[in-house]
Amino acid sequence: MNAPNASMNFYRAAMFAGSLLTWYVLTETAILPPFFFGEPLKIAAQMWTWFSSGTIYPHLAITLLETLLAFVGGTLLGLIAGLWLGLQPTASDLLSPYLKAFNSMPRLILAPIFAVWFGLGIWSKVALGISIVFFLVFFNVFHGVREVNPVVLANARMIGANKPQLLRMVYIPSAMTWVFASLHNAVGQAFVGAVIGEYLGSVKGIGYLILEAEGIFDINAVFAGILTLTAFAYGLDTIVSVAERRLLRWQPH
Amino acid sequence: MTAPAISLRDIVCTFPPSSKGRTPYTAVQNVSLTVADGEFVSVVGPTGCGKSTLLNVAAGLLNPSGGSVDIFGEPLRGLNRLAGYMFQAEALMPWRTAMQNVMAGLEVRKVDAAESRRRATEWLERVGLGGRGDAYLHQLSGGMRKRVALAQILILEPRILLMDEPFGALDVQTRQLMENELLALWSANRKSVIFITHDLEEAISMSDRVVVMSAGPASHPIGEFPIDLPRPRDVAEIRLTPEFLRIHAAIWETMRDEVLKGYQQHERA
Ligand SMILES: Nc1ncnc2c1ncn2[C@@H]1O[C@H](COP(=O)(O)OP(=O)(O)O)[C@@H](O)[C@H]1O
Ligand SMILES: [Mg+2]
Repeated sequence: MNAPNASMNFYRAAMFAGSLLTWYVLTETAILPPFFFGEPLKIAAQMWTWFSSGTIYPHLAITLLETLLAFVGGTLLGLIAGLWLGLQPTASDLLSPYLKAFNSMPRLILAPIFAVWFGLGIWSKVALGISIVFFLVFFNVFHGVREVNPVVLANARMIGANKPQLLRMVYIPSAMTWVFASLHNAVGQAFVGAVIGEYLGSVKGIGYLILEAEGIFDINAVFAGILTLTAFAYGLDTIVSVAERRLLRWQPH
Repeated sequence: MTAPAISLRDIVCTFPPSSKGRTPYTAVQNVSLTVADGEFVSVVGPTGCGKSTLLNVAAGLLNPSGGSVDIFGEPLRGLNRLAGYMFQAEALMPWRTAMQNVMAGLEVRKVDAAESRRRATEWLERVGLGGRGDAYLHQLSGGMRKRVALAQILILEPRILLMDEPFGALDVQTRQLMENELLALWSANRKSVIFITHDLEEAISMSDRVVVMSAGPASHPIGEFPIDLPRPRDVAEIRLTPEFLRIHAAIWETMRDEVLKGYQQHERA
């Protein structure tokens, strides 16, 4: 993606404002029933109340904590497992059908099991998030390790690198391109794990807040929760992009 | 007499078939080749005859199916620790800058960072890349990347240099520049060199001896020619001397049939 210039930023902002305005007009004139589609002004007011009174912070903190733990934990585990299995042809041959089966299983169906195992606190949500993020990162790292340029590898060996040094000098940097390709996806999926977990049983978190609002047909609060989550997911994705630009500086653009 | 730097005896390399129903492919057979300490030997032969394969054997990267490899009189086990290898393909780490690539070998030897930076700076200057140390590889031209690769190897002061068509991808001017630089670096501190090329003129102008390989399969040396041209040499000028042309004609006589054979096989394949 090219760096956006000033006029592109302007068009983007205009598009955002235009969408909000359309939404406002359509619901205000009841072409779209406000009961189902919410009202932008009331949603904004709801968000303002949440943030100014501070009632949202405990919920937001819980959801963000679950998301971050799932994201970091799943990424680290995926990285370690991917590097390890990528370098162990026999073990990866042995495990490959199981890994594929786990990966093709819709992981969200594990949520009730995690709730039983880890209770209604944050850990069942973290576990759900990790089970999703792990595979995203794992498969990418695994392929990254397999796709290491053999000449670069042979050259590093010829200048004297031993196994751990090869890991640090060749395998990990080479797999990084693949890791970042999966991290953008992983951010969103970590939120999915947290919120779905909260829907299924919790006493705190944005997912809980949304579910509670839905229970009393407060569609504006539902939208406010969704928009808040989207903003934070976008923020986290931006952090990943910045890290990516720094760590993959060596790549031609 | 001291033991030769490299001694390949009766090397055979057979590759397993690529798919079922095919026969194994014997790339090289009965190859014996010695390189004396401080000698510059070129190996020429048609594309696909097994030159890279032989170099991999000498580097310890490939176990031959038969034959033995001695390095300074010792049987080679595992990687050849006395050799620097310049690969035919791009082999540098693209995620490292030129400087970091040149420092890599010292880094794995746990040389102090400031010291290795100082030596890498020196080597980058010596190969004509002073001031370009912070560039990533994609910011350098093909010729510059070859210089980085050369510095990466020479900084470790290997006693043996294995070079696989190192300048094959460069344009003529850059290439002659690099050839002269390599000769200057080599004569300052004579290493034992196996220099692979498919360019006979390059081989003659650089070497003490030229070994000509037959076309594959079962490729083997079909001629060895001492090159007693005076040193120091300028690779561009020496090509115009009658001595050079005489040697060139003699070697070409031997090579021509093999080149044609290799070419025909290529066409058929
Ligand atoms: N790993 C391998 N497996 C199967 N065949 C190989 C392998 N490496 C090389 N060969 C074959 O051996 C022959 C010699 O290859 P190579 O040494 O690369 O030739 P050159 O460097 O002279 O061009 C070629 O026909 C090539 O296809
Ligand atoms: Mg080759």
